[in-house]
Amino acid sequence: MFPTEFAYHRATSVQDAIAFLGANPDAKVLAGGHSLIPAMKLRLAAPGALVDIGRIESLHAIDVRPDGAKIGAMATYNDIRDNAGIARIYPILPEAIAEIGDAQVRERGTFGGSLAHADPAADLTAVFLALNGEIAVTGPNGDRTIKADDLFVDLWTTTLETDEIITSVILPAPPASNGMGYEKHAHPASGYAVVGIAAVLGFSADKTCESARIAVTGATSKATRLTGVEQALTGQKLTAELVSSAAGQASDGLDINGDLYASEEYRAHLVNVLTRRVLTSAAGL
Amino acid sequence: MAEAPAKIETQRITLTVNGQEHAEEVEPRMLLVHFLRDQLGLTGTHVGCDTSQCGACVVDVNGKTTKSCTMFAVQADGAEITTIEGLASEGAYHPVQEGFWEMHGLQCGYCTPGMIMSSVALLKRNPHPSEQEIRHELEGNICRCTGYQNIVRAVQYAADKMGESGAASAD
Amino acid sequence: MTTTSELPETAPETRYIGKPIKRREDPRLMTGQGSFLDDIRLPGMSYAEVVRSPYAHANIKMIDTGAAKSMPGVLGVFTGDDFMDINPLPCAWQAGKVTNNVNTPRVLAVDKVCQVGDPVAVVVAETPYQARDAAAAVDVDYEELPAVTDAKATTADGAPQLHENAPNNIVLTWECGTDADSVDAALKAADVHVTEEIRNQRLIPTAIETRGSIGRYDPGTDEYTLWETSQCPHVHRLLLAAFVMNIPEHKLRVIAPDIGGGFGQKIFLYWDMPLVLALAKKVGRPVKYVEDRSSNYLTATHGRDHVTDVEIGATNDGHITALKVKTWANLGAYLSTIAPGIPTTLYGRMVAGCYKIPNIHVDVVATYSNTAMVDAYRGAGRPEAAYLVERVCDLVAHATGVDPAEVRRRNFIQPEDFPYDTGVGMLPYDSGNYEQAFDRALEQVGYKELRAEQQRRRRNSDPKLLGIGLSSYVEVCGVAPSKWIGLPGEGWGAGLWESANVRVHLTGKIVATTGSLPHGQGHETSFSQLVAEELGVPIEDVEIQHGDTAGTPFGFGTYGSRSLAVGGIAMYKSLQKVKEKARRIAAHMLEASPEDIVWENGKAHVKGSPEQAKTLGEIALQASVAYDLPDGMEPYLDETTYYDPPNCTFPFGTHVCVVEIDRETGEIALRRYVAVDDVGNVVNPLIVDGQLHGGIAQGLSQALYEGAVYAENGELLTGTMNDYAMPRASMVPTYELDRTVTPSPTNPMGVKGAGEAGTIAATPAVANAVLDALRPFGIENLDMPLTPPKVWAAMHHAAGAAQAAD
Repeated sequence: MFPTEFAYHRATSVQDAIAFLGANPDAKVLAGGHSLIPAMKLRLAAPGALVDIGRIESLHAIDVRPDGAKIGAMATYNDIRDNAGIARIYPILPEAIAEIGDAQVRERGTFGGSLAHADPAADLTAVFLALNGEIAVTGPNGDRTIKADDLFVDLWTTTLETDEIITSVILPAPPASNGMGYEKHAHPASGYAVVGIAAVLGFSADKTCESARIAVTGATSKATRLTGVEQALTGQKLTAELVSSAAGQASDGLDINGDLYASEEYRAHLVNVLTRRVLTSAAGL
Repeated sequence: MAEAPAKIETQRITLTVNGQEHAEEVEPRMLLVHFLRDQLGLTGTHVGCDTSQCGACVVDVNGKTTKSCTMFAVQADGAEITTIEGLASEGAYHPVQEGFWEMHGLQCGYCTPGMIMSSVALLKRNPHPSEQEIRHELEGNICRCTGYQNIVRAVQYAADKMGESGAASAD
Repeated sequence: MTTTSELPETAPETRYIGKPIKRREDPRLMTGQGSFLDDIRLPGMSYAEVVRSPYAHANIKMIDTGAAKSMPGVLGVFTGDDFMDINPLPCAWQAGKVTNNVNTPRVLAVDKVCQVGDPVAVVVAETPYQARDAAAAVDVDYEELPAVTDAKATTADGAPQLHENAPNNIVLTWECGTDADSVDAALKAADVHVTEEIRNQRLIPTAIETRGSIGRYDPGTDEYTLWETSQCPHVHRLLLAAFVMNIPEHKLRVIAPDIGGGFGQKIFLYWDMPLVLALAKKVGRPVKYVEDRSSNYLTATHGRDHVTDVEIGATNDGHITALKVKTWANLGAYLSTIAPGIPTTLYGRMVAGCYKIPNIHVDVVATYSNTAMVDAYRGAGRPEAAYLVERVCDLVAHATGVDPAEVRRRNFIQPEDFPYDTGVGMLPYDSGNYEQAFDRALEQVGYKELRAEQQRRRRNSDPKLLGIGLSSYVEVCGVAPSKWIGLPGEGWGAGLWESANVRVHLTGKIVATTGSLPHGQGHETSFSQLVAEELGVPIEDVEIQHGDTAGTPFGFGTYGSRSLAVGGIAMYKSLQKVKEKARRIAAHMLEASPEDIVWENGKAHVKGSPEQAKTLGEIALQASVAYDLPDGMEPYLDETTYYDPPNCTFPFGTHVCVVEIDRETGEIALRRYVAVDDVGNVVNPLIVDGQLHGGIAQGLSQALYEGAVYAENGELLTGTMNDYAMPRASMVPTYELDRTVTPSPTNPMGVKGAGEAGTIAATPAVANAVLDALRPFGIENLDMPLTPPKVWAAMHHAAGAAQAAD
């Protein structure tokens, strides 16, 4: 409950933050703080310095356009949930956000922070994969983007460099005709996903499933796409039988965790069941 | 004396708490809850866990419901904060406080300040919540005494009361 | 509401008793003006933090405090060797009439640690942050030893040994009931014979306020003051002064401020209490120690943790004829203050529940293990007993094919049987009408209709499995009398009476003290109601004081649902004494005989002449100015009572839980929760219902969510609220409460106690409901908590799975 000492710098701009990170190798970025501060309170994390990006105005904006959305890295879960454009185009976001942590986490936690932290049981990591998003990143060598499929490496590990900062989360426009959703079994104590499944399906005019992006969180060491299921659905007209049979294979080939609460076997089972449920609902079956 | 660790500088912050301005020096690592309790003496905000779970420390920071154990005081520089001590105005209890009293929504009273502050935030977001919504929105506050039923009733009481007064003032 | 009272049909109209008066404590608590331990700031306050063992079992080889001593703000760093003049903490309740191999904690571990978190050194610093920094700089060398955590495993051959004086880690072996041979014979003769291993898992009490203490020493007067999070400050003063610190009792003042919940965990004397007193003297400053939550989880007491092998004999028509119980009770690394009393007197002697069972034999083996100490937690022994016997009822139902409701009905103790001796050494149950509460609960929940729905759903292979769980409980409250519970009988090394003082001041305002100690139960309200009712004054004129040994007569504190049934009666008796004296003064003032004085509406008048009445205020003034009192009468209205009841009280009731289980995921939805409780007469129904709500939440949470788990090496795997599942608002249902009222004949108010009833009843109601839902799978028993993964695995692997899916 009493963090160790650190130096604090409130960044005035992204460049300022990058410079501070460059000058302080043991510095960490403080965004919403809802993953970092709990770790610091237990002294599981003890950074020598924090750079607070919370006051960088440009990082808070949410811009929704026909060709996609750009969500500032400091936009909080509730900023996103309450954005009418987001709710209209990406209903999976408010749906999943309602399942995150608690009212206070939703009020202060950020999409960008969640992705950078890459908790294996976070909710929006899977949603981000299903939405085929990318992050805009700034570092000492300038700007770059990282695609969702290239971001997560392992438990709490991403391809983001330690001196880079996420500036925004970029979401492409979903398919014109789509169905999406998030299903979760929450841990009774932490509220994190024991298993969470996010799905975004695209349909043609004749209701053929043209694209499917389905991702799991909580069950594996990082949010992971269920490519087998995606392939089984793509190009097909979805029926209850097809969805059921595809979802029945969802956990195949995954390296699934077991822990005190839920065994590997149960998690694998939940992956299949929740995949079927989210697909059934997303496909309007 | 062994060599002291490199001195970390304190920072000066100014902020408004319950309508009163404060300018204080704080260590960067000082959690907002410790600042409120130890430096400002506002001990109505409580600490019940060390993992940001229990919600006994919930306050309002710039209109956002906030666990003051999950924010550093330096982050609150310039902020307007309301704590449980600032909720009643001019001797009149906030309708949520009234609801907790009327409905026996508290027993030991330790989680109560945070529970009340979260309930106030909940009703600001959703003035007419269903029972299920109340239970969901209060997931960040743990009470060991009441079994929550009377807390739900307290929030419903406050929602009704605030609805009435809202309707009255709209007339 | 049904009354089975023998009282007159028309009870006198009351002004306060029985009314849902809003709590007088609430205004300060709901505005942030309460004063909890950590809110207290003394001039010159310093802060202690301890260095804790990372190992469950280890020898301490070396402690280097040098680096820590030179850290900023540090006032002192100490180890166990610095406190060898402080005795180990006492174990005040040892099981009666058997040998107890006692090992209790010292203020800091010396030479050896026996659990993760054992404190081995302490730092005092200017701020809590600096204290933590310095504690992290203390260097300790350990030699790790093998650990053991399970109650049964700890007694096995070759298990690591914790204490030299406790071979095989056995604290005590104890038995009660009919002799084992007779019970064996009855088992053999039974139509139906069932055996099962029933586990009552370890729980962490988790009051939202953790524990803490503040010590202050005044060298001018040689007086110590201790502020502590305590349910019984008087008892702590006695134990600290007489047994631990060897300081005169009158030189120690103990104060319990507002307490943020206790649930048993704050009954006990802990190492930090003498430690902060000793530190205050050493550093010459007040010293505060407040646990972090994870420290609380590691080393404050836990509850339950029983493993029981039970053998049941029954007739074909569901009469239980014999119970043979062998229970291993895991008491942790050391004995906490009253630990041995829980699995013996409060558990073993309650296993009959509300049933007539002719042959019962109970063996209890209490054990040490490399885990946190286990002591009383809400219900303390009685939840374990109720869980056992209520699971037994369902096991008999399954074995005989008799409906679970009918099994209970056939075995109930009947109203005419009271006082009833269960044959296991408990005092006779005082009063009850078990079947009445049972019928009412079944009616309210719609039992028959639910069973029909269940049949329908089973036939249709409904995706949701319906389960109906019954729990009829009886518990023992107001534990007393001293001559039974005390040292010669049950081993509690003291009395268990309670005190109350009532003073009517000159202005007619009343201050009443109680030796009980509220920590959420609302004594300031319900005791005020009692005072205002009896003396006929407005409740606003009454103040209840408690919690400070300097201002109140000795009392034993609040636990075991004893406040009203013992402390309340002490208050009631003091009020009668005040009234009697007031009557004599009124008689004197009205020139009448005391026998002719009647009390009405808070005034005393001569029978037949209500127009000439004296108010209590007028009488108090007369008593106080004292120039015209009856001959020989002492001035002032000031009366004290030390009340030792003739018997305990035995609340009872029936709870019914209805669950729906998702066949596919094992997820459990709580559809209904009906509770019909009988706690005797009720002073404040608002408060009683609140106690039941909270109790039910805790009980159902044991069934579904909570459980402390240790790794084999003794690491606590559920060491934070991120891992230990506390119930939240969305995880509990709406409770539907009803009452019957069977007054206790034990005390003049007819009250019983309500603090633990909900917890005791709820766990078996919920567990039975889940297991009832799983009947088609042939599942007889599962260990709590009954989480979705566990329920799913049981269904998935059950032999009857295929059949159930049909």
